[in-house]
Amino acid sequence: MTTISDEPSGKVSLWYDPRVRSMVSQVILIGLIAWGFYALVTNTIHNLERLKIASGFDFLGTNAGFTLIQSLIEYDQTATYGRAFMVGLLNTFYVAIIGIVLATILGFLVGVARLSKNWVISRVATVYVEVLRNIPLLLQIIIWYKILLLLAPGKREFGNILGIGNFNITGLWTPKFIAQDGFWVTGIAIVIAIALAWMVARWASKRQQATGQQFPSFWAGLAIVIGLPLLVFFATGSPGIVEHPEFVSEGSMLRRGFKPGVGFVFIPEFLALLFALVLYTATFIAEIVRAGILAVDHGQTEAAGALGLRRGKILRLVVIPQAMRVIIPPLTSQYLNLTKNSSLAMAIGYPDVMGAGGIVLNQSGQAVEIIIMIMVVYLTFSLVTSVFMNWYNAKMSLVER
Amino acid sequence: MGLDNSITKPYVRTEMVPQKAPPPGTVGPRKWLWDNVFASMLNFTTVGNAITSILMIVLTFGVIFLAWWVAAVLLKFGWQDAIFTGTDGSYCRPEDNKGKVPIGQNIGACWPFITHRFGQFMNGFYPEPERWRIYLTYIIGAPLIAGLLIPSIPRKGLNSILLFVAYPIIATILLSGGNMEIAGSTYIFWAVVFAAILITLFAVEKLTDSKGLFAAGGKVVIAVAIAMFAILFLLDFDFGLEFVETSRWGGLMLTLVIGLVGIVVSLPLGIILALGRRSQMPVVRLASTIFIEVWRGVPLITVLFMSSVMLPLFFAEGVSFDKLIRALIVVALFSSAYMAEVVRGGLQAIPKGQYEGAQALGLSFWQTTNLITMPQALKLVIPGIVNTFIGLFKDTTLVSIIGLYDFLGIQEAALQDTAWLAPTNQMTGFLFMAAVYFMFCFSMSRYSLYTERRLHTGHER
Repeated sequence: MTTISDEPSGKVSLWYDPRVRSMVSQVILIGLIAWGFYALVTNTIHNLERLKIASGFDFLGTNAGFTLIQSLIEYDQTATYGRAFMVGLLNTFYVAIIGIVLATILGFLVGVARLSKNWVISRVATVYVEVLRNIPLLLQIIIWYKILLLLAPGKREFGNILGIGNFNITGLWTPKFIAQDGFWVTGIAIVIAIALAWMVARWASKRQQATGQQFPSFWAGLAIVIGLPLLVFFATGSPGIVEHPEFVSEGSMLRRGFKPGVGFVFIPEFLALLFALVLYTATFIAEIVRAGILAVDHGQTEAAGALGLRRGKILRLVVIPQAMRVIIPPLTSQYLNLTKNSSLAMAIGYPDVMGAGGIVLNQSGQAVEIIIMIMVVYLTFSLVTSVFMNWYNAKMSLVER
Repeated sequence: MGLDNSITKPYVRTEMVPQKAPPPGTVGPRKWLWDNVFASMLNFTTVGNAITSILMIVLTFGVIFLAWWVAAVLLKFGWQDAIFTGTDGSYCRPEDNKGKVPIGQNIGACWPFITHRFGQFMNGFYPEPERWRIYLTYIIGAPLIAGLLIPSIPRKGLNSILLFVAYPIIATILLSGGNMEIAGSTYIFWAVVFAAILITLFAVEKLTDSKGLFAAGGKVVIAVAIAMFAILFLLDFDFGLEFVETSRWGGLMLTLVIGLVGIVVSLPLGIILALGRRSQMPVVRLASTIFIEVWRGVPLITVLFMSSVMLPLFFAEGVSFDKLIRALIVVALFSSAYMAEVVRGGLQAIPKGQYEGAQALGLSFWQTTNLITMPQALKLVIPGIVNTFIGLFKDTTLVSIIGLYDFLGIQEAALQDTAWLAPTNQMTGFLFMAAVYFMFCFSMSRYSLYTERRLHTGHER
């Protein structure tokens, strides 16, 4: 008589044991990776010694000796390499933040426009999206840069754009706000106002959930955020002045032009990069928005209509909140793309982290260190983005039940 | 009688009355215009509607104006003011600059600049008598790619082996000229490696009492070894083709080479990485995840830069690759990280029942992957793969920053020619390049849309 036992009948050879196999293959993989790293590091150290390049980050403290065409913090030739790198980092932030805001606005508009019942608007939006997203961004950046340089008047004259500011080949010159002593009170007021507006919104939504009564929390919040700082600003005696750019139109030809350092200037490199990034990324955002709105079930709109909600309210209270859940994850990755794509600035000489880093690399020869620093910067961006995305997904799945 | 008469002759029509024309404004272009354009802007029933309507009027006409303006500028530059004939730059220069264009006349696009250098835009500095090799490469590649993309053509398996294994070798030999003078020590090195693997397999079989391991593993190793030596031999063989250095490759051909190498390498590598990221083995999973996230986290330009300044430091003294190969390595690794995520998405979309069913049939991991899950996953992600390829194709422009003469970079070289100096050359080139890139990317995106529709017929509402 045979009995059925839990034990395997024959002795399984070691090699066919899945645990042993997975152990062996992992050990081999670790070995290969370790060997690869060892080879890389020893080769690199050997090559650096051979080429007499000192390694380490000490070079960041030495004098850079070059100028950068745009810096948000104080920077000149006597500053250090580290400072130059910081300037580049800030320039990346600068173009990325403005670009993200503008691309979001344009992208949402175009995305909604593509769904419009108005044939003209939806067709033009489609053509815009299809054309611009199918042309390489680098080409677009270069084209915008050349167009700007072609259209802008020479250094000794200027034109005006829609009253925003005067421009010539040195850039777009706009008035600049300079804070004076005592402006910090207004700064605190801004923070307090934002906190207040947030509290009002929370109170309003709680009250609505409890009693059903509505409160115009958006308008109230807007009034607080704008009103309170303005009030404080005037109450503390207007501690700030607006500085207008000065154009020297008299005297010898060589002296003419905008006075450097007076007023605020957007350099053409920045503008070209911004235009290209915004126009390119907005096409992708438009597609995301369109897909998000289409993803909301039609029954939702119909049910909301059956409840007697008006069209604007259906959009605002039913469609958009549900579409946002679909939109936000790919939207964040587009923001990350925009930030990474801003590194193409290098092609037109805008000193972002890649551009400034490239100059530092050429001047100091510290290739390994600089490339590692640049990579760490971008990896941090993407890490922060993915942390946000995980948090958002977790939050949204809670709401979903 | 009268009654009878009324019955035999009832008041009933015997033929249909012709249809009346519909009221004006409910059919034809007027109806269409009303529904699609004016309905949204002529509603003044309430204050809210009126505001919306006025906004729509402003927006519609603004958009029409903008579109018209862009079209007008492009037409004026590219056609109305353009110069179509000429044999050198003077045809596109104004008279006060030693040119032939009367002063006061607008100068638009300088098309002769493109037509004259068309060969260079397409092939870079590839020697002219040898260019047939590039065209032959295209002629061999086109049916292979078409065969893989068109669903109704059979034998996809054979086709992909030809495209992903045989074609790269043929293309390498044709484009570079082959005859790479591979050192004898390379053959010996690989022979030793394969022998070592075989011996290890044999030893493992004997030591762990695993019957059949050597027979099964040995087959694979020997097959790989034969393929490897065949490739080495082919690359080494002198076909009598002139050697063309990669520094002379350029133009659209270089763009296509980088794009195709990217896709050919990244697909298999991406599949392996995707499997690795879903693996049960923690080390494999961690290694794959780190690899994928690091490459996806940094911009391509950073890694291209790395390839040109850092890669030479990584290798032992004396080992050096040329600029193109270094760029190809990083482009391939970069796109395989993206491809891995696309493939992983496909694998995640396969219902769990498929895995469980395969397990219930007693299939091994590799059998399950090769026969059940991967074919389904790959089919699902064809649009994703095409989209990755579109991104890769656009990204190939970045190699011009590290000094390769790709389609974008070649213009910089062309502009240096003093015989062709003219004010609008650069813009003409940009227009031309934008059109070519658009053509490629747009048709690929249409293809991706087409597959998406084909695969998702069940979801249509």
